[in-house]
Amino acid sequence: MQFRSEKLTNGLEVIAEVNPEAFSLSLGYFVKTGSRDETPEMAGVSHFLEHMMFKGTDRRTAEDVNQELDDLGSQSNAYTSEEQTVYYMSVLPEFQHAALDLLSDMMRPALRDEDFQTERQVILEEIAMYDDQPPYGAMERASEAYFREHPLGRRVLGTRETVSELDPEAMRAYHQARYAPDNLTLVASGAVDFEQLLKSAEALTSQWKPSQAKRHLVVPTFCNDTLTMVHPPATQQYTLQYSPGPSYCDDARYIARILGTILGDDSGSRLFWELVDTGMAETAATFTQEFQECGLFCTFLTCAPEQHDENWRIIQEILTQGKEVPITALELELAKNKICSGMILGSERPSNRLFSIGNAWTIRRKYETIQAASEHYREVTLESVQSAFEALADRTSVTVSVGPEIT
Amino acid sequence: MQQKVFEHRLSNGMVVLGEPMPWLESVAFTLLLPAGTQNEPNDRLGLAGMTLEMCQRGAGSYSSRDIVERLDFLGVDRSSNVTTFHTSMSMAAMSRVLEPTLEVAAAIVREPHFPEDELDEARQSALLELASIDDDPAQKCFKELKRIRFGEVFGRSSLGSESGLTDTTLEDCKEFHRNHYNPDRSIISLAGNFDWDRFLVIAERLFGDWKGRPYVGPTSVLSIPGNSHLQHDSQQTHIALAYDAVPYNHPEYYQGRGLVGILSDGMSSRLFAEVREKRGLVYSVSASAHSLHNCGSVLCYAGTTAPRAQETLDVTVQTVRSLEDGIDPNELKRLKARVRTSLVMEQESSSSRSSQMAHDWAYLGRVPSRQELMQTIEALTCESLLNHYKNHPPRRWSLVTIGPDPLEFSDAVS
Repeated sequence: MQFRSEKLTNGLEVIAEVNPEAFSLSLGYFVKTGSRDETPEMAGVSHFLEHMMFKGTDRRTAEDVNQELDDLGSQSNAYTSEEQTVYYMSVLPEFQHAALDLLSDMMRPALRDEDFQTERQVILEEIAMYDDQPPYGAMERASEAYFREHPLGRRVLGTRETVSELDPEAMRAYHQARYAPDNLTLVASGAVDFEQLLKSAEALTSQWKPSQAKRHLVVPTFCNDTLTMVHPPATQQYTLQYSPGPSYCDDARYIARILGTILGDDSGSRLFWELVDTGMAETAATFTQEFQECGLFCTFLTCAPEQHDENWRIIQEILTQGKEVPITALELELAKNKICSGMILGSERPSNRLFSIGNAWTIRRKYETIQAASEHYREVTLESVQSAFEALADRTSVTVSVGPEIT
Repeated sequence: MQQKVFEHRLSNGMVVLGEPMPWLESVAFTLLLPAGTQNEPNDRLGLAGMTLEMCQRGAGSYSSRDIVERLDFLGVDRSSNVTTFHTSMSMAAMSRVLEPTLEVAAAIVREPHFPEDELDEARQSALLELASIDDDPAQKCFKELKRIRFGEVFGRSSLGSESGLTDTTLEDCKEFHRNHYNPDRSIISLAGNFDWDRFLVIAERLFGDWKGRPYVGPTSVLSIPGNSHLQHDSQQTHIALAYDAVPYNHPEYYQGRGLVGILSDGMSSRLFAEVREKRGLVYSVSASAHSLHNCGSVLCYAGTTAPRAQETLDVTVQTVRSLEDGIDPNELKRLKARVRTSLVMEQESSSSRSSQMAHDWAYLGRVPSRQELMQTIEALTCESLLNHYKNHPPRRWSLVTIGPDPLEFSDAVS
């Protein structure tokens, strides 16, 4: 396993974790743009653009793009989050150049008007699909209430209104500003020929111009709030709580992740034994969510509406009894084993490694082997987890609950 | 693509399979038991799942909490589930902890305690899981499709029924365990970094003296055409469709699977191109091959907002029928490329390989090699696919919709 990185003259960074033993390789363009980089009026443009990137280029029709992705036998997809948009492919090593040629061309899409109108319908279907699904918009609502004016409060998919009103010209301008070589990273993992990769990338992106795209980082200020939403067809009650947590760049995130596992993992955690194992709740979980300059410690409950209030009371009690029921050495060891083993098992596919190394590099400019990453968890002390646990007692929080009726 | 699959049968009939993948650090196994929902009494729907849950609430020298703590300590990733014909348990871990992991799995399967004071908790969990499906219309749609298409016994959901779960007693679980958790027709398949000879010694120690009743196989499964609509207050209408196809153990299975691939594998597939890309009707549309013993079906799914649901159904059915116009050589080329990639990438995951091996053995009584599969796929031609379509055209359709309004569908009983 060897890490390689290089910066091309146009500003595009190329990084790779090369594993000559691997059977396949994965390639991805990590674009440092997401819903947080949009204006409120253009909410959803990053995600809509991600769909449009598959709709053809000057050299290829939409059909050509889809057919070539399949010609290469690739497993490919894309996603958009608050902070990034990622396009990726896994292929056999002999297709490295062809895959990069296609993926690089896709980064310069035609953005044709007629495709834009058709694809808008697909996005509106996607919004309708999520609106019908639990937790029925509770996450988006919680982000809005928690982050308020902060850009992280915006919906990744946008709303029916913003998506209906987006126009192709504004999308073209957004693309030009955000998809510049100095705001993209080409990431590769697995059986990569790095010299060849650099040569191909140099040739394929030579016309790309840097744009000095910026991201506005602000540490948000938080408040306490509780909201209840009614979704009449729902049969269960869904409650989500956001509290402050460490950012993706803060070493305290290892402590918070371990604490989240001890308190609310889907098996063997305190909430599991108290509520899930006993059949009182379908889900009772705690987990972290991390962004560039801030983070969240999240609590999630799904249960029958009539049991909700009692279950939520129990959860709050468990989360605030840091002093009375301290974390044990056994709990810490089990959480570490679970997390570290999960990382190693998950890393066997080059496609999974792609995201680990891509995220670490684009946000933190850092590469770590699995062993080095596991070490961070191994080094977490009982005292630090205990003190993070005790701090939960007086956290600020936004709670959003959605169910068939007001509980 | 060098590959070695070991096969061994213990004296009690249990099948032991292994495929070394020494380039991995992990090892994964799947334990497949012939205990499915079809074995449940009519008034105990959900018993197979309840029994599996109770088995994990204390077994051998482990309490319920010990099992979880032991597996977490060993860093084991695990899952278990119940299907029409099987109960399965899968675990993946670093290869050095294979033996202690297998010890826990063997205890769960062979020596459950069935603690009386945990029955109600297990029941509550199962009832919650059953209730929560009402908030998941897409899953509910397929549950209903299975019910109407495969009938009383083979159309059962592993989630069971409210009355079945409520009436289940501890004695029911013990009896189900006695009758159906048996070595005959059970399979353990192992893939990843391990030593076969050493594994055989462990398997013999943990399962060799396991005694149980002989397996009684299922009768024939037959599809039942028809349609059903479930009223739901949602923006989208969910459409689940099924029609007959050849099953997994049929000599022409890969001809039929190839046709499903032309319809649904990849972004250039016909359903994605026609329903989503050209018309923008859906976010999600797909087709997959499904086998229930000797009965094969193609299952299709599309989800779209209610006013466009009729058009979506019509275009989906037309697209399936467009196969009769022939297969383009480029479509076939892409299909082969995709299969080749996925066969190579299968070597990157011990979990997916172990579950595939167990599934193959249960259906075929053998594990086909990657080379054999690739040869079968390479031998497909546009003509052979079209012939297969003509000999096995879509028939015996089932349709289930969930949403504000029912849809028109004349093919349902044709």
